[in-house]
Amino acid sequence: MENMATRDAYGKALVLLGAENPDVVVLDADLAKSTKTIDFLKIYPERFFDMGIAEQNLIGTAAGLAAAGKIPFASTFAIFATGRAFEQIRNSVAYTKLNVKIAASHAGLTVGEDGASHQAVLDIAIMRALPNMTVIVPADPVETMTAVFAAAAMKGPVYIRLGRPVVPVLFPDDYEFKVGKAVTLREGKDVAILACGIMTAESLKAAGELEKEGISARVLNMSTIKPLDKEAIIKAARETGALVTAEEHSIIGGLGGAVAEVLAENAPTPLERVGVKDTFGESGKPQELLVKYGLTAKDIKEAVYRVLKRKA
Amino acid sequence: MDKPDVQQLEGMAKQIRRDIIRMLVESASGHPGGSLSAVEIVTALYFQEMRIDSANPRWPDRDRFILSKGHAAPVLFSALAERGYFPKEELLTFRKINSRLQGHPDMNKAPGVEMSTGSLGQGMSAAVGMALAGKLDKKDYRIFVLLGDGEVEEGQVWEAAMAAAQYKLDNITAFLDDNGLQIDGPCAEVMSAEPLDEKFKAFGWHVEKINGHSFPEIAEAIARAKKIKGKPTMIIAKTVKGKGVSYMENQVGWHGNAPSREQGEQALAELV
Repeated sequence: MENMATRDAYGKALVLLGAENPDVVVLDADLAKSTKTIDFLKIYPERFFDMGIAEQNLIGTAAGLAAAGKIPFASTFAIFATGRAFEQIRNSVAYTKLNVKIAASHAGLTVGEDGASHQAVLDIAIMRALPNMTVIVPADPVETMTAVFAAAAMKGPVYIRLGRPVVPVLFPDDYEFKVGKAVTLREGKDVAILACGIMTAESLKAAGELEKEGISARVLNMSTIKPLDKEAIIKAARETGALVTAEEHSIIGGLGGAVAEVLAENAPTPLERVGVKDTFGESGKPQELLVKYGLTAKDIKEAVYRVLKRKA
Repeated sequence: MDKPDVQQLEGMAKQIRRDIIRMLVESASGHPGGSLSAVEIVTALYFQEMRIDSANPRWPDRDRFILSKGHAAPVLFSALAERGYFPKEELLTFRKINSRLQGHPDMNKAPGVEMSTGSLGQGMSAAVGMALAGKLDKKDYRIFVLLGDGEVEEGQVWEAAMAAAQYKLDNITAFLDDNGLQIDGPCAEVMSAEPLDEKFKAFGWHVEKINGHSFPEIAEAIARAKKIKGKPTMIIAKTVKGKGVSYMENQVGWHGNAPSREQGEQALAELV
């Protein structure tokens, strides 16, 4: 597979899924060209529903379709899915356990120039707090495609977080995503970096550079935020004694928050969280924003230095 | 089941009103006013109109009813119990710990409930989804929805109304329980959504206006709705909040307060 945005991989996955499963239907809220659901629309127009700029009804309609036996994928930007339509997700999807897949694109700061109004940096925290919700943050196009199929195969609500910018391929073509399973991408014994989304690639880059400095860093891809792979976290904590999390999301309530909860209750271990530090973003090029808000390999390395100083 | 006549429907309506009062007295909480105003609509649907089978609640070809005004759960649960979805004795567990009969309907707990509701404005969207699925599967089942007149102040209702017209969902028949009152007072004073008929017409709906306590008018409006092609139908049903219990009728205070045992006895004495 070639490098591409996870939203592009989502569009391709939907087309394949649509061919395989006639119950799959797709809904959008006037953003089909951006979320890439347009790929599905072109081939299966009778199974595609544009709900217009009306996200509450987008989610509610998806719930009704699921109640009648369909497997709806509802897409819009992450900010609107989890913000504007939060209560519809809570009451009509999560509470009902209906088989709705919310595939939300343009998550994180890398929306870029649109600025803070469009940058979802709380969505993982919001979705993770919902009972019955599975939360998946794929790291690359290969993982996105396999995760979309996994979401369709499982019963119940799923939130899939997708991004706007092109990201490098990290996984081999035959990689199979498994819900709730962390994947060790690099072994290491001094520190473990737990990452998701675009920060997984940054973590691998950081680990490569750390190796040259004599620091052995393990990298875990935590693409399922819920249910969280607690065993993998505890094992990493026991074997390395120092953890860093990295996510394109607020440090409050996301992957970092979830890992902190597991550590505090099971294996108290020094932890540093790389993420958006309780602030809104702003307009700018995605790369400029990642630098300004501390979401690069360099920031991960600095977190590793800090956590190693705290290591007993 | 043979189609009942009006007299039989009126007898069932009375029985459902008695069930509602007994449930609310027992639970000492709940919403009598908007439950009682919707009794004829719900009775007509469950005992005359809908193609349903209580022995097979998930039958794929069944008609669906969504109580979008979920606080009227007592009227839905009473109808479901009377229709045989669960034992009538269970009605007295309403709103109590470990009950299948939650304060607002839960589709995963109470048999026969098609959609969990309670947060106003969400039922119509679910109806749109079910109606789209029905069209996609070339099934002829119909979706009935009941909304409150205060409920239409929710923006989501109008998002769903737009979508139902856009997708020509003539398999949706909605009822608006126009009892004129919401928690804070008369709808006209709190936040008027009038003219409701003109609004739904402007949103692309076929609109009927009826007396929501008249079984013949309800049946005729549904019959007309079934003949309308390419448009959803909204039946604006003029009703009396608290209908059937003299001291509750048109009293805003009975929106969300349960009667005491003595008040319940008085109500049951009226409902004979």
